[in-house]
Amino acid sequence: MLPFLLRRLLQAALVLLCVAFVSFILFQYVGDPVVFLLGQDASAAEIAALRSDLGLDRPSWIQFLHFLGNAASGEFGTSLRHGAKVSTLLAARLPATLELSLVAAALALLIGVPAGVYTALRRRAPGSQALMVLSLLGVSLPTFLIGILMILVFSVLLGWLPSFGRGPLVSIAGVETSLATWVGWSHVVMPAATLAVFQVALLLRLVRAEMLEVLRTDYIKFARARGLPDRVVHFRHALRNTLVPVITVAGLQLGSLIAFAVITETVFQWPGMGLLFIEAVTFADIPVMAAYLCVVSLIFVAINLGVDLLYFGIDPRLHPHRSSGH
Amino acid sequence: MSPTSLPRFLAAVAAAVALNAAAQTVRIGNQGDALSMDPHSLNESLQLSVTGNVYEPLVGRDRNLALTPMLATSWRATSPTVWRFELRRGVRFHDGTSFTSDDVVFSFGRAAGEGSDVKTFVNEIKDVRALDSHTIEIETRAPFPILPGVISQLYIMSRKWCEENQAARPVDRRKGVENASSFRANGTGPFVLRERQPNVRTVFARNGTYWGRIEGNAAEIVYTPIGNDATRVAALLSEQIDVMEPVPLQDVARINASGKARVMQGPELRTVFLGLDQKRDELLYSNVKGRNPFKDRRVRQAFYQAIDIEGIRRGVMRGASTPAATLIGPGIAGFDTAFNQRPAFDPDNARRLLGEAGYPNGFEVTLNCPNDRYVNDSEICQAVAANLARIGVKVTVAAETKGTYFPRVLKRDTSFYMLAWTPATYDAHNTLNALVRCVDDKGGGQFNLGNYCNPQVDDRIQRIQAETEPLARNALIREAFQLVAADVGYLPLHQQALAWGVSNKVELVQLADNFMPFRYMSVK
Repeated sequence: MLPFLLRRLLQAALVLLCVAFVSFILFQYVGDPVVFLLGQDASAAEIAALRSDLGLDRPSWIQFLHFLGNAASGEFGTSLRHGAKVSTLLAARLPATLELSLVAAALALLIGVPAGVYTALRRRAPGSQALMVLSLLGVSLPTFLIGILMILVFSVLLGWLPSFGRGPLVSIAGVETSLATWVGWSHVVMPAATLAVFQVALLLRLVRAEMLEVLRTDYIKFARARGLPDRVVHFRHALRNTLVPVITVAGLQLGSLIAFAVITETVFQWPGMGLLFIEAVTFADIPVMAAYLCVVSLIFVAINLGVDLLYFGIDPRLHPHRSSGH
Repeated sequence: MSPTSLPRFLAAVAAAVALNAAAQTVRIGNQGDALSMDPHSLNESLQLSVTGNVYEPLVGRDRNLALTPMLATSWRATSPTVWRFELRRGVRFHDGTSFTSDDVVFSFGRAAGEGSDVKTFVNEIKDVRALDSHTIEIETRAPFPILPGVISQLYIMSRKWCEENQAARPVDRRKGVENASSFRANGTGPFVLRERQPNVRTVFARNGTYWGRIEGNAAEIVYTPIGNDATRVAALLSEQIDVMEPVPLQDVARINASGKARVMQGPELRTVFLGLDQKRDELLYSNVKGRNPFKDRRVRQAFYQAIDIEGIRRGVMRGASTPAATLIGPGIAGFDTAFNQRPAFDPDNARRLLGEAGYPNGFEVTLNCPNDRYVNDSEICQAVAANLARIGVKVTVAAETKGTYFPRVLKRDTSFYMLAWTPATYDAHNTLNALVRCVDDKGGGQFNLGNYCNPQVDDRIQRIQAETEPLARNALIREAFQLVAADVGYLPLHQQALAWGVSNKVELVQLADNFMPFRYMSVK
């Protein structure tokens, strides 16, 4: 167990290093932030002075080492555009992204798993066929299109839900959340649904495929042969075994939900990390971009590690102390 | 009144007032947000517009952009290099401190000091001194007739408040130091800053003790930026916001037809134009070897007359542009229709001129454009490329995001480019100095990216700077622009239009410089 953990941590550090390196190479081509920091009437001398002050005229490998050194201590420097510390900016925006991603993940699980079970158990029912077609749409339609369609239908045409922003914040146990009020929920439901559509389609198809496979296995046949009722066979035995790989996939998808909420946050003006990142790209705010990429890869790596450990814990076949016999 | 009805009456009044106050909230959802509430930290029109509701200058601009007294009640030049301003009495900052000449001296010093991005407003100023508690004198290095206009965006802060809140210097991005003036504000303006979450939500409340009259009835302004175009339009149509800008051109008709909101359009002070490399002996991005076609006036004129600006206005801008023949528009001091006459659209003549210049089969060249800076910028470039193809010139449009576009063209790494300009001083000299003046190392021609150079024009520019007599000055400006037009130094395109989406429940005033003063906003 311990060598496994150490190996994974080492791999995680390597991944983070590679991400930082690649992003630094990219940033030489994103544009010049100094042009936006000063107004149009600034003189060439002022621009050169600012560039030198910000260290942007040093060779890129020196800037990279400088960045690594700071990042190791959690210091990501100062945003070129906002003038505030990047770590403060990210910390302020992370809760909003987490909130959105967790609600989307919950929605995806609550809708995707039951729908998947239904389509597996009632394969030929028209409802099943309809769900399969819808899931195909869910996987093919781009997120921004789904988001804008939802805004069009629910905000403009029906007027039921607000089209942008996050609801009012309430502090619960030291954590600020917008989920404590109905108004807050009305703000989060569309972005979370938009983000969840792809996940629902994915989970639905995954649960269906896994369940169909599990239902064909020998132990299910024996359970039926024992005379167990259908409900027990399907839910106590088949579903439990189906869920093991599903939970690991869902966990991995949580990482991508957090990272790729960028589009959804942009469409719904959700004040999360993704929106901060897009603005940073527009203004070539390199410290924010670099820090965002590092934080996101850290989240991915941490979630992957967590999911692997979870799998280890859930699947009894992987427990090393169990003897292979009975 | 009976003993029980008075409390009930008061309760009813209170309820009515509360309802009214809520009804007089104007919700604004513009595309961008002010970066900071510090009025000296960035010379950008959006930040100056937002902070201009909380802070005020000595001399401001009214709804027609004419100069109007604000914190100064009168001003005059007592000598060619000295201006005297009488300050308004009885003005208080939002925290209650009295406004005096000491705050003016402090603010000018802060604007000229380290960390300030508005130094260009005070570059020509040698000294600012207080003669008494409500009179100041500004001495300039050389005669500076347009000083009152130049300082119309220099906002006055309270010395006491800045010093008590460690805001004596503007936010300095270099040092990563933030100060109170980023998030809080203490000005003399018609609105008070109540809440500030950068890029999320900023709330302003009406200043009950304002020294002047606030024309509109808005009691509260809630400013929530919405970056995405479609979401912004949806928010206006679903009545979640009352005012927003810019309206994407393809949604103008839809908003006007909705019955809930309307689009206010009017020409902006910004003129969009194309520039040509006129210095290099061989163009960087063309197939012509050994000579530079843009050095030949006939080629420049051919290009100019080949551009179908009316077609661009109709098809690309959907009517939201005013064709221009010069680099400044009406509303800029020095503008005169005499030099705003565009030669006719004549592709046949253009082809003939190209042939005379030695390019009967045309040539190839690359046109650099931004694609997210001006209204329909890359679409305009594509239309121009199509126009030029008709006369045999094959144009490759290289459109890119402003983050990479501006660094490229500012290095003059281009042969043919698009740019736009609004003079920050609303005066022609700013445009001439930045765009037309021969490039020198003292800041002249900093945005003259094609290196257009005509010593006769430079002579006029230098004389304009010192000329104090308005008629003579305007005559010099006219001569300068006429020379540029005769040279076809630039290919002016048009003044783009502002497009603001406004709820039918709200009245406001649209200013040609795209400033959005809250004082004119009313809820019906």
